[in-house]
Parts: sequence; C-alpha cells; structure tokens
Amino acid sequence: MKIGVVTFPGSLDDADARRAATVAGAEPVALWHGDADLHGVDAVVLPGGFSYGDYLRAGAISRFAPVMETIIKKAGEGLPVLGICNGFQVLCESHLLPGALIKNHHRKFICKDQPLRIENNRTAWTSDYDANHEITIVLKNQDGSYVADEATLDRLEGEGRVVARYLAENPNGSYRDIAGITNERGNVVGLMPHPEHCVETLTGPTTDGLGFFTSVLKAVVSS
Amino acid sequence: MSTDTVSNATSTPDVEQPWAELGLKPDEYQRIRDILGRRPTSCELAMYSVMWSEHCSYKSSKVHLRKFGDIPQETPAGKMLAGIGENAGVIDIGEGYAVTFKVESHNHPSYVEPYQGAATGVGGIVRDIIAMGARPVAVMDPLRFGPLDAPDTKRVLPGIVSGVGGYGNSLGLPNIGGEVVFDPTYLGNPLVNALCIGVMRHEDLHLANATGVGNQMILYGAKTGGDGIGGVSVLASETFAEGGPTKRPAVQVGDPFMEKLLIECTLELFAAKVVEGIQDLGGGGLSCATSELASAGDGGMRVSLDKVPLRDASLSPEEILMSESQERMMACVTTDNVEEFLKICAKWDVQADVIGEVTDTGRLEIDWHGERVVDVLPETVAHEGPVYNRPYARPDWQDDLQADGAEKLPRATTGTELRDTLLKLVASPNLCDKSWVTDQYDRYVLGNSVLAQPEDSGMIRVDETSGLGVAVSTDCNGRFAKLDPYTGAKLALAESYRNVATTGARPAAVTDCLNFGSPEDSGVMWQFTEAIRGLVDGCIELGIPVTGGNVSFYNQTGETPILPTPVVGVLGVIDDVTRRTPIGFTAEMEGHQLYLLGETEEELSGSEWAHVVHGHLGGRPPAVDLAAEQQLADILINASRDGLIDAAHDVSDGGVAQTLVESALRGGVGARVWAPDGLDPFLFLFAESAGRAVVAVPRTEEVRFTDMCTARRFPHAKIGVITGDSLDVQDQFELPLTELRTAWTRTLPAVLS
Repeated sequence: MKIGVVTFPGSLDDADARRAATVAGAEPVALWHGDADLHGVDAVVLPGGFSYGDYLRAGAISRFAPVMETIIKKAGEGLPVLGICNGFQVLCESHLLPGALIKNHHRKFICKDQPLRIENNRTAWTSDYDANHEITIVLKNQDGSYVADEATLDRLEGEGRVVARYLAENPNGSYRDIAGITNERGNVVGLMPHPEHCVETLTGPTTDGLGFFTSVLKAVVSS
Repeated sequence: MSTDTVSNATSTPDVEQPWAELGLKPDEYQRIRDILGRRPTSCELAMYSVMWSEHCSYKSSKVHLRKFGDIPQETPAGKMLAGIGENAGVIDIGEGYAVTFKVESHNHPSYVEPYQGAATGVGGIVRDIIAMGARPVAVMDPLRFGPLDAPDTKRVLPGIVSGVGGYGNSLGLPNIGGEVVFDPTYLGNPLVNALCIGVMRHEDLHLANATGVGNQMILYGAKTGGDGIGGVSVLASETFAEGGPTKRPAVQVGDPFMEKLLIECTLELFAAKVVEGIQDLGGGGLSCATSELASAGDGGMRVSLDKVPLRDASLSPEEILMSESQERMMACVTTDNVEEFLKICAKWDVQADVIGEVTDTGRLEIDWHGERVVDVLPETVAHEGPVYNRPYARPDWQDDLQADGAEKLPRATTGTELRDTLLKLVASPNLCDKSWVTDQYDRYVLGNSVLAQPEDSGMIRVDETSGLGVAVSTDCNGRFAKLDPYTGAKLALAESYRNVATTGARPAAVTDCLNFGSPEDSGVMWQFTEAIRGLVDGCIELGIPVTGGNVSFYNQTGETPILPTPVVGVLGVIDDVTRRTPIGFTAEMEGHQLYLLGETEEELSGSEWAHVVHGHLGGRPPAVDLAAEQQLADILINASRDGLIDAAHDVSDGGVAQTLVESALRGGVGARVWAPDGLDPFLFLFAESAGRAVVAVPRTEEVRFTDMCTARRFPHAKIGVITGDSLDVQDQFELPLTELRTAWTRTLPAVLS
C-alpha cells in the first residue's frame, strides 16, 4: 500500500504527510511536480505549503504541474486524493472540487488547535471516523476561507459532501463553517486543517488526524 | 557616466569622493588611500564603506568581543566544531549529529519598514544556517516594542509580527519561541532579533572559503536588484535623526518562496558533494561575500561583475557591489562539478551563474565589461577595517539609579490587595498572553516540535528513532541590565540556562544578540563592556561557550538609548525528548505536590511589579548565583529523566504568581498554594529572585524528589497542591481560572485587533 505525496516548489508539509503515511502503516512515496508518473501509488496526498509562493493565487500555478495532469485523470477513475490546505486550494483550482479558498476574513495567518466535526464518514479518507465524530486537529492557513455560490453550497450540503465543519469559532470566515468537502464519488477530499500534524502525541496536540490515513488504507484494500 | 577604473583612479588622485555620504569618517577614508597607495575607485570605495561599517566590521565592539575567546571552547554536550567568525557556531550533540544556531538583529530596517525588515531578518539568519551545510529546523524571534498603547507600536508591531510569520511560515520552519517585551525606550527603536537552529550530520559541515586555483565562483538564487543598497553602512550604523530624509530604499525586500527553493537546492548541492565553500549574501552583499570568501581562502579571486544577473539593468557596478538583495548565495565549485551544480539549480528553478574564479594572485580583482574596477587585498576589506577603542565610563547617574530601590515602595498587604495586584500584573503587556502574536506563526510544520511557546524553551526532536533533541530559549531583562549591566547580562544568561534545564535539556552553548545604544556615548559603551564581562564570566562559570552572535549599536532616538539588551540564547541537548517537562498543570496531575526550588529574597528592584504598579525603575537587580543555577539545573534535568516531576516552570518576570498562573492556564487545572514558613505572602508572590522554579511532583515520587534536593542541600519548600479550577492562595484570596484567563488573554487583542 503506497501513498504518494507530491512536492511542488514551495510545498512545506510534504515530509509531515509522508511521516503520517508511515505511522498509519503505509509506504510513503515522494512524487515530484515535474514528473507525470505516479510510480504505482494507491493514493495521493497534495500537501500544505505555499506552492509557488501563493504569488498568483493559492494553488493556481501548481494546478498546471505535469503530475497534476495524471492525478486529475486518475482521480476521475477513483484514485483516492487528499488535498490538505494548499493541496485543497490546488484541488479547487483543478476543478476536482467546487468553490475556492480566499484570504482569511481577519487577514492574518492563523495557527491553532481547531475542533471539527466529521460530517461525512463515507469517503475514502474518513471511513475510520464515527458519524459526527468531533476531533481537534491543527489549523494553520493564510488563505483558508472556503467560498462558493449559494447553489453550490446547497448542493454540497444536500448531497452530504461537507466532510468536516468547524466547531466553536469559525477561524477564517469559511462559508457555513466548512472545513472540508468531497467530490460526488467520495474519493477526492479537500481539507483546510492539517491531519498530518496530529499523528503523534509527542509533536501534535492530538492523534485525531491519523484516521484520515488509516481510512484510505482500508479504502484501497477493499477496492 | 564613464566607469571609474583602477587606472583612472591612479591618474586622477584629486577627484572628490562621496566618502562621508557613505558613512566613512575622514581618517577611515585616508586609511583606504594609504592601503591602496592611491585613491580608491568608486567601486572600491563602495566596498570599503560597506565592509568597514559598524554592522559588518564590528569596529566598536571587536576589542571587547575578543574576550569571548577566553571561554573554554568545549561544551557539556560535545566538541565545538565551528565557533565565532563562521556564519554560525556548530556543536557536536552526539549520535553523529551536529547542531548550529545563531541569533542576529534586524532592528533598524524593521523600524523603517516593519514587514520587510522583520521578514528579511528571518531570511538572513536562515541563510547563515544553510551556509554551514545544515538543514534549518526551527526559528525563534525575540521582539521588543515601545509601550503597547503608543500609536507607533500599532504601526510597528503588527507589521513586524506578520513579517516574521509571513517569511518563516512560507519557509516551512516552525517558530518555537522567542519573546515579546514592551518598554518605552524601544518606541523609536524596536528590536527584531531572529534566531535559527539547524541540524546536520558531522560530515556535512561546510565552512565559508574559496580555495583551489581555477575553481569557479557561482552566484545563485535571486537576481540582484536595487533594494537594500547601502543597508548596513547607512541604516544600521546611524542613529535615526528626526526630520531626516526617508531611508526606505535602503530596506531589502524578501521573497520567501525563493528562499525555500534556495534551502532545498543548497542542501541538494551539499548532498551531491559539488560544493567546496559557500557563503550567503546578507549585510554587505557581494562586497562581503567576495572579500570574505577570498580572504578565507588560499589565493585570490577574479570576478566579472557584468555577469551578475540583474533585476534592474540600469544598476551601476557600485550599486551591484552594495546591493543587499535577498535570497542569494555564492559558492566555490571545482570546474568538474560546475555542470552538475547548474543542473541541480535548474531542477529547483534557481538561477545560477559563474561570475568568477579563484586565482593565485592573492588579490580580489573585479572587472566591469573588461575594465578593472577593483584591485585590492581582500583581507584589507574584510578584516582589516578600523578598530576603535571607544571611550567608556560608568555614567554619572548610575549611583543614583542604584540607590533608588523598589523595595521601599508601598506594597499590597491584604488578601484583596494582593489579588488586585496579581490581576493587574497578569494583564500587563509584558506578562499577558502572547497568542495574538504567536498564533500568526506556524509551530507545527516539520512535525518535530516537541515544545513551543509558551513553554519555557522550544524543543525539537532531532532523531525520530533515538529521541535525541535540542532545546533553545532566549531571554533578557533589559531593566535589570540598565540597573547593573554586568549582573543584568549574567541574569539573562542564567534565565535562559534555567529555561532550557526546566524542560529537561542540558544547557550546552550560547549565542547572543547584543542590542545597545550609540557606541559613541561613553555611558552606552560602558554598559556594553560590562555586559560582555558579565557574559564571559557567566559562561566560564557555567562551562558553556559562546558560539556566535551579533552586535547591534545605534539603537537610540536622539539622546535616549534603549535599555541595554543583551539577548542570550542558550541551546541544550536532551537524550530522549519523550522525557521533556512541560509547564502546564493538567487533569492527570490533580493532587501533585508543588515545590518551590531556590531561595526567595526581598528583591523587587527592576521587577514587573515595580514597573507596572509604580512605573518605577531603580535599585539593584536580583543577585545572581550561577553555582546555584547549575545545581538547580541538575535537579531539574535528573528529575525529568527519572520521572520525579511531571511539570516545571521557571520563576522570572512577575515572580511565583506569574509562574503559577501560566502553569494553571496552560494545563487548565488550578492550585491551592501557600507561602512557605517565614516568607511574606507579597514577596512569595511577586519577588523576582533568580535561581528558582516551581515543580509538580507526583505523591508517589515525593520522598525520592525531596531526598534528592536534601542530598544536594538545595533549598526546596512545599508550596501547594494541584487541584480545582482556581488559584487559591490560602488565607489571602482565591481567583477562578476563568477570571484569570479573561484578564490574561484580553490585553493584546483589545489594543491590536
């Protein structure tokens, strides 16, 4: 079971995502943005960071990387893909997920331990959580405010595609407190908070993030 | 305008040159003429002016900094592999690992342009670390501002904080500590100090030099632009005069994305073994890199300045030599390796150009489109600048200041008064919650942050298998240093040392950032020499060397200098990070016994209490006993290793009261406490005697723990128990944690949000 983690220029949490894959029991594989070959991985993580410095729009340049062409194609065939933070932004820019992520409403970078509710535990990345499981994982972002038009938001809610929602205070101005969403098939998930920083008690506030990585192991085995 | 070549300079000796505008003194200009035996070309003048500036040459501090060499160059953890004079000091921490760390100032640029000044401060120190061959693993930022409610603080503070965060976060480096301090003297002179820690294997250590005739000099990273021209000579070496012209163009502009590429690219270059020597371009730009690399090497260097890639094609050769454009590095590479070097740079989309080579002439020769514009002995530029023995004298006012102790000021006596005093202190800018600042920093990236602020020290796991790690704390109480700079510097060292030990790590080495007023003021110069004497004596007594650091002078507005601020960073080593000791009282610790280690004296001068309640600064700082600090550190480290304590927090600003409040709010559980026999409750709560810590001992380990203290004859007193949801000071007052938390957390957001 191999989980590929893409490194774009400016990716920062790629090593963390590989470590999380290891802790979950998978074999992490480093994927390079300029290489369209996925090297036989069973799932892909697009990690957090500031790819291309976020200088145009977060994720807007990475979305054109050669590796993304393959990922977009394979995602359509059911490959599990998790975009975390900057990775979520790349997924939106790639139109694998609807909506967009804009600057936090308070205009500051924020790093905190954030409570969430997992509202959809039927995706490839969340099956190890209970329905409405409340977890606390790291949130850290500059452009973390999820926005979409009302019709899209209604559709996401109606189809149960809101994967995670912020509890307590909305940390970044996301519409309807949305922290993460999935595609119709449930194999592609975008999440603003960082489960990869929450896999060890020594270095993270909790181990609540591990479920994303153990979930995908099961999804791959059962498919 | 025609180029001012060497032959032109020789044939036109009487041309007027703008040496004064470039910050040179008349005798310094004459000295350059004497060295060259002719007038300098305009390019040479640019180089000398940059490299002989206070910032680059340490001309006012050099004679005093040499005293750091008197400290034995061994650390309790292992050998020192590189010391003062290199880009950053390196120490052996065992298991084949070496750690490098250094703190530097970026004060003046951050006042002029807070965001970019602070951002490029982080960028500069990170490049120092990568130049040693290490992977940067964490940063910390000690920051100091004017009064929180001053209008200019609202301009400077948010900009500096978002600059530190904006740059460090984009590099993917966790920010694990630092300080946020407010004092009126920093109003026109905020202090932005930036510290970086790097880790490498022993064999990866690289030193900055250019050796091997024929080896190629490659400039890589960002293109050179017109930003930061003359930054060090003009900005960092002059006092801000009111009504003077704006100096904005002298501040550099940072590109953290480029720096992130530079980190990964440089580490890959090292790993591929295609680099002989390397240096970052920071203060002094190409003038600094070429002259320092050449003088550290065994030959000379020839550079074609027209091969430097430019962001602005109109730059003159003088400007190119002085530009402090960020995110640039210079490497010395054998001709065989040039192709591989350029290939790795291309992989990371990093521009790289061969701009020169190592020669056997012993001279630094720089050409501009085929014409020689610089022909100098590199060491005369890099190392043989003027050295000043600035006059220093104990200021007249020092005696009066020391005679005016805070011990005579009226104190709270009743329970209600003590309670009100505590609430006032907890909410004061220096003691309140700093989350408004630190929540703008990523403390989690890289996944090895074992401890981060508000813990006593930041701690990073170095090896995931063995658990080997390092801890770093930075500290300085400028008020103590004003009252007595010798003792104040020792107290800064003692506090940083204690903070590292409190988390369970053994202190091993020191870096310092010496922030002072104008060296042309004999009183300031006395403060500086006294602080160095304090640090040297302190380090010798504690057995830890200074591995590097930085001096920042001219931090004053008009005649008013800042508080003398010798910021000390201590790095410690811990064999197993899972044994670290946090500060918080948690639910699992309910019923644990609280002990106060160390002696509490009637020491209130320079304290937060005197500052906040009385607006008073006078008297003598707390006494410092470094032998006792060592004993305390041994107890804290051993108790951590043997599982005798589950929480520990050092006692410093604000006294035991602040220590207890921070521990209770951190873990969410309160405490019932009492003053030990014979100690006045006010002094128990608010005195700032050094050499103390509060520890939480499980009942099952109480006998072992007290036996250990008794055997070492170290003062220890039971002061309470962890319990409940309030801070209950028996027979005095009780404060619910919710009320404490409200008071503690609202101060910064109320002013800054």
